[in-house]
Amino acid sequence: MSFDVDALLREAKVIVCCGSGGVGKTTTAAALAVRAAEQGRRTVVLTIDPARRLAQAMGLTELDNTPRRVQGIEGDLDAMMLDMKRTFDEIVVAHSGPDRADAILANPFYQSLSSSFAGTQEYMAMEKLGQLVAEDRWDLVVVDTPPTRSALDFLDAPQRLGTFLDGRLIKILLAPARAGGRAYLKVVNAGLSAVTRTVTKIIGAQLLTDLQQFVASLETMFGGFRARADETYAMLKAPGTAFVVVASPEPAALREASYFADRLSAESMPLAGLVVNRVHTPELDGLGAATATSAAERLEQAGGSEVTAALLRLHAERVAVAERESTLVDRFARSHPSTGVRRVPAMSTDVHDLEGLRQVGAALAG
Amino acid sequence: MAAAGNDGLRLHVVTGKGGTGKTTVAAALALALARDGGRVLLSEVEGRQGIAQLFDTPPLPYEETRVARAPGGGEVLALAIDPAAALIEYLAMFYHLRGAGSILNRIGAIEFATTIAPGVRDVLLTGKIKEAVDRRDGQGRYVYDAVVLDAPPTGRITRFLNVTADVSSLARMGPVKSQADSVQRVVRSPATAVHLVTLLEEMPVQETVDGIAELRAAQIPVGRVIVNLRRQPYPLPARIVKKDVTEALTSVGVGGGKAVVDGLVAEAAAYRERVALEDRELADVEALGQPVTLLAQQPGPIDRGALLALADSLAAQGFPPAKAAS
Repeated sequence: MSFDVDALLREAKVIVCCGSGGVGKTTTAAALAVRAAEQGRRTVVLTIDPARRLAQAMGLTELDNTPRRVQGIEGDLDAMMLDMKRTFDEIVVAHSGPDRADAILANPFYQSLSSSFAGTQEYMAMEKLGQLVAEDRWDLVVVDTPPTRSALDFLDAPQRLGTFLDGRLIKILLAPARAGGRAYLKVVNAGLSAVTRTVTKIIGAQLLTDLQQFVASLETMFGGFRARADETYAMLKAPGTAFVVVASPEPAALREASYFADRLSAESMPLAGLVVNRVHTPELDGLGAATATSAAERLEQAGGSEVTAALLRLHAERVAVAERESTLVDRFARSHPSTGVRRVPAMSTDVHDLEGLRQVGAALAG
Repeated sequence: MAAAGNDGLRLHVVTGKGGTGKTTVAAALALALARDGGRVLLSEVEGRQGIAQLFDTPPLPYEETRVARAPGGGEVLALAIDPAAALIEYLAMFYHLRGAGSILNRIGAIEFATTIAPGVRDVLLTGKIKEAVDRRDGQGRYVYDAVVLDAPPTGRITRFLNVTADVSSLARMGPVKSQADSVQRVVRSPATAVHLVTLLEEMPVQETVDGIAELRAAQIPVGRVIVNLRRQPYPLPARIVKKDVTEALTSVGVGGGKAVVDGLVAEAAAYRERVALEDRELADVEALGQPVTLLAQQPGPIDRGALLALADSLAAQGFPPAKAAS
């Protein structure tokens, strides 16, 4: 089944590009956004960690968390790079008032959570997406997802953060702050003093104190965090949101794409289609790999034209690569018959200007 | 027992941008180190089960499992390090707290320690690696001649290995701190090298350049740059005489005339353009001043045979260095 990209660009309100690392996700997101803008939709693209030259192509020179107008587009396109820590800091300030905010921002646990918790980047990408949608300035928001080890991480991250914040450990740590020690005593009586002792033994008393302060100061924000994680999840399921899964024609990337497609369908989230980047095709049809290789062998044995033998071997290699890639993509298509697939040919150079993005966009539209 | 190779390296950390093939290279390196009787541990820390997929075995448990025998009688064991299991093992080993593990798990303390407590996750993962590097048998010999780590990607590697910096902002003393310090001693020692896998494309090369600068600034020893998926070389000149090609094709019975000749020549032009681009990237890689190892693109999928071919190619380029005769 083929994937009607232009129809998607006309109709969607939010497009989420996801896939494993190194498959050209950011480039795909940027190319979709450029094409949508030039077809008349007011568009904004949120990128996570673009290659330097791709960022320059869109005029993004600094990480300032603000959408900036992209020059040189026939239409309305804004682009921004995500600043994860700043996005988190803004949520803290918005939810806790200036006095508490300072204490939270200075706490080492908060600093760790906001800069290196596995999942914070995913969570903040979704948070920023929610903010952009809420601003109601654009017809279409295109979002790139972080280069996680697995494409599924970003779906799980908001919930993992929520689960953590709701966890029993947090409640135990909160107990003394909440009830001036009395509730804490109850907990101790429940046999948990061993746990506190153990935690102190392992992480040290100072760390435990920092932790309790952090948890206490975050308490007022819990409700806010939960609500936001739920809203984000609801938005991903809302009509107008579409997922584009991006892969390269490699077994690992297609396996991730496959997991992702299954997961989206299990969550009843709409998968618009699969984009397979960097697909190789021979320039010449009708000369098979086996024929070319055997002709090259005969030329070499007869001491014939070395250049011609090399041409034949190069061609045989290209055909073999193309066939292998094609088999892998066909296998995905067979196991996901309702998912449209678009193959984007490998470019001979990296994309580093708007013209390059337009070409990718045209290839995406087919 | 001598270390595998004669360069004194016992911990090989293999990193690279996503999609460059670092798991494949780590596995090939483990096989190369196990040649001629070495015992090598290949480990991963990101829960991807990449090693099991590569060797076509069931998902690895938290237990050292043999995945391959190397030519010459050596063997490669594999371990997928899970931070929660490492923490429970650590508690049992140092505090005799095996029972506490399940209570801690129930209230979410294990989850907490392994996901959010700053740096603790990385201390647990690197701590387990260090334990394997240092482990000795009853006779005082190292259990593993070498340990190869399929590490987090280039963008996160310095932070991952530089555990003390993260932890010390929180714990100025205590067991987490001393564990971090002992990991740090191994990571910064000449027994460790971080190898970076790259493709000859703009982004992976840029990440390699940035990654090496960060590692050097953190005083973590940098080893080799391994260029993966290097294109096969073909003797194709810039100017191809189409008449000669037509004649040569006819002599071996390939028909199709002008269309075939034009198609082949167009493929040669695209190939030369790509190779020129790769050569420019390779010059940037070589300018980094680290030894460079080239691995050719393997025909067909990566299976055991392909891994052994890559291991041969590494060894032929002196990686690891051949053992000194003793």
